[in-house]
Amino acid sequence: MPAQGMYGLWSMIKKGEYTENCNKAKHSSIMSKRKVQDAHLPVGECITEVQKMLRERLCHQRLPDKPEGVEAQHRHLLELLKRTAIHGESNSVLIVGPRGAGKTMLLRCVLRDLLEDKEAQTSLLQVHLNGLLQTDDRIALKEITRQLHLENVVGDKVFGSFAENLGFLLEALKKGDRSSSRPVLFILDEFDLFAHHKNQTLLYNLLDVSQSAQAPICVVGITCRLDVLELLEKRVKSRFSHRQIHLLSSATLAQYVERVQTQLSVPDDFPDTKFAQEWNDSIKVLCEDKSVEEVLQRHYNSSRDYRSMHMLLMLCLSRVSVAKPAIKPADLLEASRLCFADAKANMLHGLSILELCLIIAMKHLNDLYEGEPFNLQMIHNEFKKFLQRKSNSMYNFEQPVIMKAFEHLQQLELIRPVDGSSAKTQREYQLMRLMLDHSQIMDALQKYPQCPTEVKQWAMSAFG
Amino acid sequence: MKYFTRLRVRRVYTWRGKPLRFNRKLKTFEYGSLSISVDGLPRTTIINAGQHILIEGEDEDNPYVAKVVRLFGDESGKQKKAVVQWFARVSEVPPSKLKLLGREPHPQEIFYYQGRSCDDEVNAESILRPVQVKHLDGAAPFPDSDDKDTLFVKLSWDSKTFKLVESAVVESASEPTPASSPPPFPKPSLPPSPPRSPPAAAPASRGPSRRALPTPDPSIMHRASSGDVRYRRATMSAGKASAAEAESLHSTSKLSASKCLSAKRRCSSASTPGVRKKLQLNSPEKMTREDLVDHLLDEDLESVMLAQRLSSSPPQAHSLTPLSKSHRAPVPPLTHRLVPLAHRLTPFRKTLGDPAGEDHLKPSDSPPSSAREDSTSPQQRDVMEAEFLTGSLKTPRRRNATPRRDMSTRGQKAATPSRKKEAKTPREPALAALAEVDNENSPMLPHALTPRSSKRKSAQLVSSRIRKQLNLLDNHRLSDSDGEEEDEFVPSKKELQSSSEEEEEEEEEEEEEGLDSDEETVGKRSRRNAAGSLTPRSKRKTHVSNRTPRKTPNKKITPGTPRTPRHATPSIPSRSLPARCPGNVLEEARARLHVSSVPESLPCREQEFQDIYSFVESKISDGTGGCMYISGVPGTGKTATVHEVMRCLQHAAEVDEIPPFHFIEINGMKMTDPHQAYVQILQKLTGQKATADHAAALLERRFSNPAPRKETTVLLVDELDLLWTRKQNVMYNLFDWPTRRHARLVVLTIANTMDLPERIMINRVASRLGLTRMSFQPYSFKQLQQIIMSRLNKVKAFEQDALQLVSRKVAALSGDARRCLDICRRATEICELSAAALVGMSHVMEALNEMFSSAYITAIKCASVQEQLFLRAVITEFRRLGLEEATFQQVFVQHQALCRVEGLQPVGVSEGLAVCQRLGACRLLLLEPSRLGVLQRVRLNASQDDVLYALKAD
Repeated sequence: MPAQGMYGLWSMIKKGEYTENCNKAKHSSIMSKRKVQDAHLPVGECITEVQKMLRERLCHQRLPDKPEGVEAQHRHLLELLKRTAIHGESNSVLIVGPRGAGKTMLLRCVLRDLLEDKEAQTSLLQVHLNGLLQTDDRIALKEITRQLHLENVVGDKVFGSFAENLGFLLEALKKGDRSSSRPVLFILDEFDLFAHHKNQTLLYNLLDVSQSAQAPICVVGITCRLDVLELLEKRVKSRFSHRQIHLLSSATLAQYVERVQTQLSVPDDFPDTKFAQEWNDSIKVLCEDKSVEEVLQRHYNSSRDYRSMHMLLMLCLSRVSVAKPAIKPADLLEASRLCFADAKANMLHGLSILELCLIIAMKHLNDLYEGEPFNLQMIHNEFKKFLQRKSNSMYNFEQPVIMKAFEHLQQLELIRPVDGSSAKTQREYQLMRLMLDHSQIMDALQKYPQCPTEVKQWAMSAFG
Repeated sequence: MKYFTRLRVRRVYTWRGKPLRFNRKLKTFEYGSLSISVDGLPRTTIINAGQHILIEGEDEDNPYVAKVVRLFGDESGKQKKAVVQWFARVSEVPPSKLKLLGREPHPQEIFYYQGRSCDDEVNAESILRPVQVKHLDGAAPFPDSDDKDTLFVKLSWDSKTFKLVESAVVESASEPTPASSPPPFPKPSLPPSPPRSPPAAAPASRGPSRRALPTPDPSIMHRASSGDVRYRRATMSAGKASAAEAESLHSTSKLSASKCLSAKRRCSSASTPGVRKKLQLNSPEKMTREDLVDHLLDEDLESVMLAQRLSSSPPQAHSLTPLSKSHRAPVPPLTHRLVPLAHRLTPFRKTLGDPAGEDHLKPSDSPPSSAREDSTSPQQRDVMEAEFLTGSLKTPRRRNATPRRDMSTRGQKAATPSRKKEAKTPREPALAALAEVDNENSPMLPHALTPRSSKRKSAQLVSSRIRKQLNLLDNHRLSDSDGEEEDEFVPSKKELQSSSEEEEEEEEEEEEEGLDSDEETVGKRSRRNAAGSLTPRSKRKTHVSNRTPRKTPNKKITPGTPRTPRHATPSIPSRSLPARCPGNVLEEARARLHVSSVPESLPCREQEFQDIYSFVESKISDGTGGCMYISGVPGTGKTATVHEVMRCLQHAAEVDEIPPFHFIEINGMKMTDPHQAYVQILQKLTGQKATADHAAALLERRFSNPAPRKETTVLLVDELDLLWTRKQNVMYNLFDWPTRRHARLVVLTIANTMDLPERIMINRVASRLGLTRMSFQPYSFKQLQQIIMSRLNKVKAFEQDALQLVSRKVAALSGDARRCLDICRRATEICELSAAALVGMSHVMEALNEMFSSAYITAIKCASVQEQLFLRAVITEFRRLGLEEATFQQVFVQHQALCRVEGLQPVGVSEGLAVCQRLGACRLLLLEPSRLGVLQRVRLNASQDDVLYALKAD
């Protein structure tokens, strides 16, 4: 869950569309000014410009002109929202797709296209909710009321209790009718989390409004869970229209490579045409490189979504400088290495020899007892056996020192106590599990700087 | 004083005087007055028949208000009873109906109650004390009075609509009113005593106020003489009262003419001598004519009279010509006489115009109606003339703009500051000009006829115009409904005729409101005007939506200013352009197929409809209570059927087939906590806001105490299972109340599961719910097909086979009508895309696939290579372990082995975990929390076969 929470916050920041328009405006004004002045800019400025442009693209602040590979879904959603905005038809729809598949991007593109229509723009009201922020109906209701500027909002504050807010909102929606009220678009990001609210009150009521002759609303849910409908209570489910727009990319490798190329290319209206030409050529060369293709293949095999690709390209882009005004295959290889690097193995590099020895002892215990948990005393014994065999006192540590090292490992979450055995037992006898895979340990040992040979040998040996 | 006790606030009730008469059949003595004395206080209060009294009720702060019609006791003298005419307080009118009022009710306002459902006999010992009730005219403002004991009547309330009430009905002592008439009884010989705090002035107004003829109301006289200028309208309604009386006599067509006459005589003899005399002095001719008109109406002698009247009119007009601003003093009573005359017309128009009214009266009414029509026109003419004599050209709607410019008022009191009048004058020319235009198409002209303009026009000048208008009016009369007459009180019906004219009217009504008190100046009015013209949106809103009470436009004028949220109106802003209507057949079909569109009828639920209908109807007509439990899976039309039943019953109540009832609805899903149910019920029942505990107590009191007048309440509880609490007290109360003797509560409950009572209810709750159960079966394919067909209603958009496919498929899966309609709707969209004219099999198939097919297989097919490998590794590991669960570590070993087999570079642990997490996020895999890292356990969320199938299909 914490990971998801972090993800949510990041995506919120990245997806913050609200700055997009002003960015765009600023951008175009700069561009037009440049164009008038001079076609050849210093390389430094060109680099800054390219980086700025690509970063906006890769960090999802700028929408592509046309979403790729999802034209059918785009059309379906656009038609649907248009009917709500213009005909006042109530609807509900779910956009389902794995993480990073471009669900939010699709919706934002559709909204952008929809709002180009004057009629839709003047009438449509939008309410954006996120399941990670509006964690219960009380908060969600306040947020809805606030975003709709209903009359119990003064400034930014929503008055009334939970029950009053619900009653107020329902009354407001009930008063509306198809032809005269402004349509309201409810966008529920992380839709599945709303299904965990108590009784699913909010979902029931929104979907009920969408199925009855009240104010026209369109409920758009965004989720990555394929089984989201099973989360809904049956009366809530019955009120949902069962429209689902699936975003499942089935791009081939060639398309993937092409996508990389388009993501890195600069548009024709770049201020310095000569630089743009050179840049685009270099990107083309890059994508045709054999090693690059291999790297991309590996990424493609791992995942096809936009987000992981953008992560990779972002790392490449940050290595571009005035001295090296193009992305080279080596950059891509390095970026790929960073992307695929094992986090836990990296952490092992920072451990002391003693801590490493304890880890190795644990590995042997794991082998010996087939993954049964162990405690500090067992580890210490195992370590002592190793010391006796080597008859070398250089690793002879006091018990408190070993204890300290053990606690450090626990803090790093390389080991964790077995559930339910934490409080009562003495620390030495608390049962622990190793959170590392053997391959990670061996990997780390190989790369550990100046690792003593006997420790290495001990790790390699089959039995402690 | 035989009930004398030591209790401190104990009231003692004794009869005063001898019994007036003895009813042999019922063995009751009738008395003229009752005295109430409170122990320890020397004062005694005397209640006479015809007096207004307060009667003990559930709410101690707001006792019931009624007027004593008759007092009687049994032989032993132990039982003291009173027959009363009820008045309803604002709090007794259901809030939903209160909207019909179209304005904020005054806290001291009461309504003359004309409903049928309450007992008009009360125990005399529940009488608290007398109270003063004043009749106010429909548009007259409520006087600012600190006296809490004075109540005001403007309208009558018959549990459906508000109507103007005649002052005679309210203030006259003992005449039974036509609408509520208890059996006839002799008048008391004692004159009713004056109200407790009688106004200081005008002794003439204090006499017995019973009047059969449109003499000025005592209170009005009093007000007029004491400097209050607002009496014109009251006079009008006094006139109407008499008209209504005449009508009642008239409509009881079984009465012979002589009977009518005697009734008339009786009435006239009872009227105030003083006032009468005065009037006769001033307008003897008029008086007799008035009587003649009544005769004329009653005895169908109109043809003769018509001639008479026509001949008499012109001289009349001439004689009245001097009536003007400059000649004030002698004239007023004359105008008095004129105005009521004008207003006798309105009731007729009502009965003629109102189709519902005609329904009631048809058998007895139809013969005289033509006569009446004829007879009205001369009157009208008269009235018109009167109007023009006094120089007014105003339309009915304008009349309120200058309510105080009455000649007679000025005549009677010269003290009226004339400055006020002048302040208003500049507005008039424009209005008059407007009015001239309006007059042409306004059918309700007579209503407006009050002398008030300062302009003077001769009758000759306009007589031709009058004739033209009268012709117009006659033409209009039968075709036009009296909607406008009612509009004033029932704004919700306003959109019946949605024309710009109506909008104008509305603005003006707002103006009217603005002119409430004497002190209101032109400045205020103009401000209102300006505000009104600045808010085109609010105007449109009231124009389009019938639900907005008239108040809201005012509120919306300043949306930007922060208000206290207490007064916030829940509403979604309205759009600038109305939503587009469906353009082609497919769009039309789609609109009709939307679940929200209310179908003309509910097919396939006839039996259930019948059962619920008869259940509720029997309970309503018996005045008892009961519970019913309705179950059925979602989308089988439970709520829709109940709503349909209620619509039918409400209609039946409107045409008086069954007693009126209250329908309220709560939904377990639409509240935040089961105990909120009390709050919502109370609010919908009485409009009060209370905390859950308090609301429960109030409801408990309401349903367990006997109340003299109570309508049956039908309560629909949707999603009953959500009202479950650990102690089940909410459910217990809901099912217990109907069993109370005085509750008159019918509870219909809806939930999904058939065995809910057995499953979640403890015995004492389930027992109270009773055995009236009904279960809605899922729709069969034939029924679904019929539902779609009836919705489409001959819009040809679907192939027959396509419909059958949808309904068969849905019937096989769930029998959910919503699903069925949604699929059809989607199919029309697909059809539109493929540019076909008719929705065919292929479109429906596609829609079905979109909605019903599981996305798992596609998702697996579209997954990346590593994800597919991981899934394969999971299955391999499961097979190896023989379990359906493995840790990530175990699967990862398999994964790496598979990578080698496939010739791919083995993935690292981090990457493997990322792959695993992605699959977990889609719920292809079920995972333990990610903090467990490599130790987390993995399970498949789809069957192994499905996964293998999807993996092989590549």
